[in-house]
Amino acid sequence: MTVAVVQFGGSNCDRDAVRALSHLGVDAERIWHADGLPDDTEGIVVPGGFSYGDYLRAGAMAARQPIMEAVREAAADGTPVLGVCNGAQIGCETGIAEGAFTTNRSARFQCEHVHLRVERADTPWTAAYEAGQVLEVPIAHGEGRFEIREDRLEALEAEDRVLFRYCDADGAVTDAANPNGSTANVAGLLGARETVAVMMPHPERATLPDVGGTDGQGVLRAFAE
Amino acid sequence: MTGYTATVTVRPKRGVLDPEADTTERALSRLGFELEDLRSADRFEIDVDAADAEAARDRAGEMADRLLANPTIHDYDVAVAERE
Repeated sequence: MTVAVVQFGGSNCDRDAVRALSHLGVDAERIWHADGLPDDTEGIVVPGGFSYGDYLRAGAMAARQPIMEAVREAAADGTPVLGVCNGAQIGCETGIAEGAFTTNRSARFQCEHVHLRVERADTPWTAAYEAGQVLEVPIAHGEGRFEIREDRLEALEAEDRVLFRYCDADGAVTDAANPNGSTANVAGLLGARETVAVMMPHPERATLPDVGGTDGQGVLRAFAE
Repeated sequence: MTGYTATVTVRPKRGVLDPEADTTERALSRLGFELEDLRSADRFEIDVDAADAEAARDRAGEMADRLLANPTIHDYDVAVAERE
């Protein structure tokens, strides 16, 4: 499988994503957004960073570039698509996932390790885990607070499309363990199809053994299938 | 065609947390000001040429729908005035 890691001006996790995927034996390459998706694209990562300087809102500009129309079509056709951090913000702005990621409750940029509870293990992104398992993965964002209309949150939960929630080390989903004030502690969610996911924490930064934990590997293994 | 300025004001929906406004409010309090609440908004002034004010308003509204506002977290309004 060839995974396209889409690079915008201001993306800064694109190399990390390629390196993490390569470590797992997944063929991945960086694609400059203006060049469009290669014909042999079998998976897509929209990586983290500060595309377009976060002008207007994080992700707002990148989401309206032509390549994201191609990403949206690929996502609708079942191509695995993962948006991480700025990629998650872009994904929500593009409409491949619901809701929005906006300014942290603290109004500060936060760079720290957090715990995530795996809400369901029967998706490509979580098949390597057990439901209820607690992962330790880094976050690094200023606009990571998940917001969604109340009726859409009910639908999201009823359809079991929450992938990860912020929790404490024991897996308890509490306000104290919510780093950014996200609605219902949502850290990652599925799009309309199970092959589409967006998440604020960085699995690619918790994949290489040399840089700390490897709890994020399971998410990227979706591309190894 | 007439020249108009469409002013689009984008603000967090009521009930959606606005940490930047809260921080600004606290800073004003620290400076000794008395205030009950503070809300912030983004304002875009867009010069357009249109057949009439309604057409100018519609175009600016579409700009807000497509880019300037995110309907999950924002409300917006549009005011139109003829340019001098």
